[in-house]
Amino acid sequence: MELFLSTLINGLSLGGIYAMIALGYTMVYGIAKMLNFAHGDIIMVGGYVIYVFMAFHNPLLAILIAVIFCVLLGMTIEKIAYKPLRGASPLAVLITAIGVSYLLQSLAQIIFGSANKVVTVYDFGSVTFLGVNVQISALVTLAITVVVMVALTLFVKCTRLGRAMIAVSEDKGAAQLMGINVDGIITITFAIGSALAALAGLFYLLKAPSISSTLGAMPGIKAFTAAVIGGIGSIPGAMLGGLLLGMVECISYKITAIAPYTDAIEFSILIIILLVRPTGFLGKKRREKV
Amino acid sequence: MSLLQVNQLQVYYGVICALKGISFEVNEGEIVTLIGANGAGKTTTMQSVVGLIPKRSGQVLFDGHDISTTPCHKIVHLGMTQVPEGRRIFQELTVYENLLMGAYSIKDSSGFKQDIESVYTRFPRLAERKNQIAGTLSGGEQQMLAMGRAIMSHPKLLMLDEPSMGLSPLLVDQVFDIIRDINRDGTTILLVEQNAGKSLAISDRAYVLENGSIVLSGTGEELAASEMVQKAYLGG
Repeated sequence: MELFLSTLINGLSLGGIYAMIALGYTMVYGIAKMLNFAHGDIIMVGGYVIYVFMAFHNPLLAILIAVIFCVLLGMTIEKIAYKPLRGASPLAVLITAIGVSYLLQSLAQIIFGSANKVVTVYDFGSVTFLGVNVQISALVTLAITVVVMVALTLFVKCTRLGRAMIAVSEDKGAAQLMGINVDGIITITFAIGSALAALAGLFYLLKAPSISSTLGAMPGIKAFTAAVIGGIGSIPGAMLGGLLLGMVECISYKITAIAPYTDAIEFSILIIILLVRPTGFLGKKRREKV
Repeated sequence: MSLLQVNQLQVYYGVICALKGISFEVNEGEIVTLIGANGAGKTTTMQSVVGLIPKRSGQVLFDGHDISTTPCHKIVHLGMTQVPEGRRIFQELTVYENLLMGAYSIKDSSGFKQDIESVYTRFPRLAERKNQIAGTLSGGEQQMLAMGRAIMSHPKLLMLDEPSMGLSPLLVDQVFDIIRDINRDGTTILLVEQNAGKSLAISDRAYVLENGSIVLSGTGEELAASEMVQKAYLGG
């Protein structure tokens, strides 16, 4: 029971982080039809910005600056690296994204060095709940994730801008005929995705107060996996995929016999899903328009 | 007074010249039709005028503005919109939400209720199905929705690209009746059609497009009577 409860909380908390990152992947894919492989590295940038501004010993200020910085960074990357390639082959865009990813990692290494930096954003401590010792930071992560997801879902469903995003993801040409500025919507999407990535950076620092230039690489790929499992392009899909992957990871780590193979197990799930249901759990089959 | 004036419009797809410098105009209050065979350049004309595909050269004037290089979404805000070929309604949104998207360019939402009621009056089927996901509508209903969505933006010029495509003969008649009604209520219409007979019958003027050039123009009646149009487009 104790094991179950602690695995459940840790799994949901990790899954929440994955879901948060996966949302960035899936929204950008849904709207700009591109895989932004530099997305994971925004997490790392967010982490470093928090690290730098923790010099003022004000966590909220550091987090706020990190979110703003990442939003501006995401919008700048989109404008400089991706926008000129609109209409180019998807492969060119993909390679550019990988290039941006390495650029961000290398820049971080030049600025901060290759040794891990240690920063404690805030020590929430832990509580004992039903005989289980639970990190409060995991609960905080989970709570923020839930709030963000609900807010994002409402935003997309119920606001003019949100509906414009759905319209752009479905048919850019028809969206323009409604008077929607497609470039503007793409920029906003990158901004939202980057803000979520900055929060994910925060959650990683709460989990383990150490940061390196490759902090975002593995979570980025895991979250991409989560987005594909849930159905890339689908917002609820990203949430589902993230939570699922987080749970699988935590359960697998608890079973000694398979713990070392956790990553392999997660990616195997991706392969199986792609074989059985290529559109993911909640992805829709969509005619590609020529 | 001409609402839309197109001068020497050229469009290329790569090295292929799709429009070889066409000129035409649409006067306020008119229904003007472009007829032509598949591949003549009708859809290219429509999409380049509204800014969906880039123009190589030439000038497009709309309602006193030079919109030759204006991006599509800004052109729509100036009062021109299009029911695109294949309708392209938002399949995942409901009928109501599609109409809401149609009004996206209207900043003042006070008239929205009235606008949507008038669309429901014009297209009673849409009122019956307002909460249905648009992708589940029949082809005819989707065409109604595409037209309803377009008029939600109060266009001065409404362009329709093959509105009768894929519809049953009964529905085709209905669509042409509705186009005439919309025009009578004060909207200028530019129509592209393969159904030359029906479209010439409701047109004030028309142009014949062949291989990227305008080869003939005149009133709807003149063209319907012309030997060349009868041979090529009316099966005469």
